[in-house]
Amino acid sequence: MGRITLRNVAKRFGDVAVIPSINLEVEDGEFVVFVGPSGCGKSTLLRLIAGLEDVSGGVIEIDGVNATELPPARRGLAMVFQSYALYPHMSVRKNIAFPLKMAGMEPAEIARKVEAAAAVLNLTGYLDRRPGQLSGGQRQRVAIGRAIVREPAAFLFDEPLSNLDAALRVNMRLEISELHQTLKTTMIYVTHDQVEAMTMADKIVVLNLGRIEQVGSPLDLYRAPANLFVAGFIGSPKMNLIDGPEAARQGAATIGLRPEHIDLSGSAGIWRGTVGIAEHLGSDTFLRVQVEGIGMITVRAGGDTDLRHGDAVWLTPQPGRMHRFDADGKAMA
Amino acid sequence: MATQHSRTVARLMISPAVILLLLWMIVPLAMTLYFSFLRYNLLMPGMEEWAGFSNYRYFLTDPAFFTALRNTLVLVAGVLLITVIGGILLALLLDQPMWGQGIVRILVIAPFFVMPTVSALVWTNMFMNPVNGLFAHAAKALGLQPYDFLAQSPLLSITLIVAWQWLPFATLILLTALQSLDSEQMEAAAMDGAGPLSRFIYVTMPHLTRSVTVVILIQTIFLLSVFAEILVTTNGGPGTASTTLTYLVYVQSMLQFDVGGGAAGGIVAVILANIVAIFLMRMIGKNLQA
Repeated sequence: MGRITLRNVAKRFGDVAVIPSINLEVEDGEFVVFVGPSGCGKSTLLRLIAGLEDVSGGVIEIDGVNATELPPARRGLAMVFQSYALYPHMSVRKNIAFPLKMAGMEPAEIARKVEAAAAVLNLTGYLDRRPGQLSGGQRQRVAIGRAIVREPAAFLFDEPLSNLDAALRVNMRLEISELHQTLKTTMIYVTHDQVEAMTMADKIVVLNLGRIEQVGSPLDLYRAPANLFVAGFIGSPKMNLIDGPEAARQGAATIGLRPEHIDLSGSAGIWRGTVGIAEHLGSDTFLRVQVEGIGMITVRAGGDTDLRHGDAVWLTPQPGRMHRFDADGKAMA
Repeated sequence: MATQHSRTVARLMISPAVILLLLWMIVPLAMTLYFSFLRYNLLMPGMEEWAGFSNYRYFLTDPAFFTALRNTLVLVAGVLLITVIGGILLALLLDQPMWGQGIVRILVIAPFFVMPTVSALVWTNMFMNPVNGLFAHAAKALGLQPYDFLAQSPLLSITLIVAWQWLPFATLILLTALQSLDSEQMEAAAMDGAGPLSRFIYVTMPHLTRSVTVVILIQTIFLLSVFAEILVTTNGGPGTASTTLTYLVYVQSMLQFDVGGGAAGGIVAVILANIVAIFLMRMIGKNLQA
């Protein structure tokens, strides 16, 4: 079981309210990703749930029990840190066994559980090495192993992939997702990378300046961003945000158009522009088009598009795909 | 390009420095060794003659020798024990966030800047003196008989004075080691269910072993040659109760004017220091390997 409820949770450091007040419901077995730019309070929120920071106000409930005042160890949660935080003087085996040893479990039972965790994480051959002799990805797996042996109510991940190189990051992303499918335990995952959020999450929580901007499934957030911040943050390349007379014509302060929702033509269309930079990725081509009277617009085209710098093109927004925002940045129906 | 030729030139180039350092070390040692085989008394100048091993025989059969040997080891071990344990506790305390941290840290380090002679004088006259000392006043205020530290337990008193001087050094080294401990490791241990004591045993102490090793090795080097504190406080007495090997060498050569005997004692002290060093490296040297 791992159902976590936050009610009016607040955190202040001195006079600075890092998190003014947050309400959030994490269902049992859910994979929830906290995403936001750096300094948005997502790591602080995770540390509040873990019990590593004291809340300044509000209530944290884990499985219906008020855990606000409980020390970290008694909350039944396990955390994977950004730096992995392995114990450098202990072997991998002892690292994974440490929480069980602290819980006073029988040595035979500990050995069995460590072997089982090592088998799941492909660490069996490395059990007698020290963390210093392992690669980044292996250390990451040891940190996860140390978390899973405790069979916690929920896993907390604090930007666990940010120290890995790009290829390994994609691999570990898949491994963590698979682990979630196998264990079916609640996971809360903090990242600043919206790609990680989109690919892994059941539910994304977008945070900005200590406030929740929007909560929803990846595709909900992608299709119907509640405000300008979410619209600009989710999606890669970014949504085109256009203000000025062009937006006013649509009866909005700002309009948003995703790069794939713009049709491209060499002869006719609504907006006329010139290609600035064309990024050929093979499967797709991203064109940066300078449109007269509007500015730079990113357009996604097919992989075999053969347009170059300086070519003239016509753009047409697809009907019904336009997002409209009012002067406060809120989405309009 | 490390050709045979350039390597030869390189060796030639560094040889002046190496030779200078070698002479720096070897000349005093060789002269001490030479004197230790001479009958060389300052009261009879110009009458030096070859004495064979008799200086060594006299020094090693001196009834004060084994007392001095034991005192030296007890002093070193006692000071190490106090400074390492006290240093760890003080470092843990100073690592806590508190008001006026900077000033407190400077105050804690202060004893290290006081010259040994001065600190020994301050301790004997202002603290341990049975008539005017603060400890005597405290005892009298409680209605107790003042304790004459330097007469009743001279070696313990000197150990305390020396430990007071070296405690800041141990604290400083261990404090910097504590500050380099990754805070996420402590948090991970807290999440793993380790209480404060377990965190200290399983995370903090292993992290500190290397620094403790450095503290022990460096302090041992300096503690084997403690001298000023003894000269100023007890003069090695009462009797030979606080005479160490260093002090015995001084007595032999400067008070009895027997340079030959003193040199023999010095060589014995060098051998003892090496034995201690070998034991220490065997016991804790592996901690220094990365």
